[in-house]
Amino acid sequence: MCLGIPAKVIAIVDADAGLALADTAGVRRQINIGLLAAEGGDSSALVGLWVLLHVGFAMAVIDRQEADRTLALLAQMEEGDES
Amino acid sequence: MSLPHDFRDAGKVKALLAAITAAAGPVAARLGRPLQIMEVCGGHTHAIFRFGLNQLLPSSIEFIHGPGCPVCVLPVAAVDQAVSLARQPNVMLASFGDPLRVPGTRGSLLQAKADGAEVRVLYSPFDALALARANPHRQVVFFAIGFDTTMPGTAYSLLTAERAGLTNLSFLCHHIRLMPTLTALLAADDIRLDGFVGPGHVSMVIGSRVYAPIADQYRKPLVIAGFEPVDFLQALYQLVLQLSEGRCAIENAYARVVAPDGNPSALKVIDEAFEPGVDSHWRGLGLVPGSGVRVREPYRHLDAAELLISTPQIKTATEPAYCNAVLTGRIKPHQCPLFRRHCTPEHPVGALMVSSEGACAAYYQYRPEELR
Repeated sequence: MCLGIPAKVIAIVDADAGLALADTAGVRRQINIGLLAAEGGDSSALVGLWVLLHVGFAMAVIDRQEADRTLALLAQMEEGDES
Repeated sequence: MSLPHDFRDAGKVKALLAAITAAAGPVAARLGRPLQIMEVCGGHTHAIFRFGLNQLLPSSIEFIHGPGCPVCVLPVAAVDQAVSLARQPNVMLASFGDPLRVPGTRGSLLQAKADGAEVRVLYSPFDALALARANPHRQVVFFAIGFDTTMPGTAYSLLTAERAGLTNLSFLCHHIRLMPTLTALLAADDIRLDGFVGPGHVSMVIGSRVYAPIADQYRKPLVIAGFEPVDFLQALYQLVLQLSEGRCAIENAYARVVAPDGNPSALKVIDEAFEPGVDSHWRGLGLVPGSGVRVREPYRHLDAAELLISTPQIKTATEPAYCNAVLTGRIKPHQCPLFRRHCTPEHPVGALMVSSEGACAAYYQYRPEELR
């Protein structure tokens, strides 16, 4: 029920209505960015970013740096495992 | 971006499994029993079986499947309300797919549809606005259920409908909040738990900070997890490490999505649309104080509860007794005598079989009892 799918924001369709176009695993669909755009003001800053989609709403921007940090820690663990 | 791929990497899974096995063994030996870990979220229950993690993890870890599937805990009375609305002339009832299949006292919404009621499946509550605009002579009702994750979508749609002046759309809200549920669970002392794998997407909305009382007051560790195998095992590893070191803290192993304060815009619309602190009945768990919400006074005209023709509350125990036992972890799904014989995903008797995230549906699909 709390399923979330990653989507890449391609374009802003209607900033006032909070509508954007996104790519979800190769499928383009309209998403609602109203719950993200209100934070920064300028919704065009979202274009190109990956967001997490739930029931049609972008609920979080996926933080690439945090992802890389987690993966780097795990890479260390893997090396330790092999040695 | 190759993120999902990275978080399914076999090498990382193996390294984590080895680390978890090494850390959990001594703790389980000290306790004289397996570690009892509750994965709160139904999405995690599903991930454990889907990726076969239950077969890869050592016997020193035992999962207690938590109540975190809103479809599974949807009370019969809520389904009955939705069915009675759907059967009203001129009403068009819309909801997500799963709630349509939950059996009520007088059948499910899908059965109402088969009898001629207008029942629609929507992907997003926001689509209800377009449905209302396209059907100006019908009263469109969106049956909204879900945890904190889904609540902002309903709230945003409701507030947008208000601003747009839509008069033929309303919302039947049976939303529930996670934190009151977790605290109710912890206050009941017959459930023995060592720690929690915290829900990733509820936390994306409410943040990680709000869990502080679980560590401070109830002395249980909680680690928030994502839904890929590496995400889940990383969280489990951090949890086992805490137990091995005798610590209890709230940690976040899904930081790429979950911020300490969650999503402030989402929390703001929830607060604007909904009044918290409503005592709510859950299937299997009974009354959970303060876990429900109600549409706030200024928007009461958008509350579909106002459309309900007051009918005497039918108090019948339609829920099979075994569902409660599964929901509270007293029996596993396959130990229920109805399981796979009388209760199947095609013909569910209880809600745990309805939702794909329900423990019974997961056991039905993946048959873990035959693999262990």
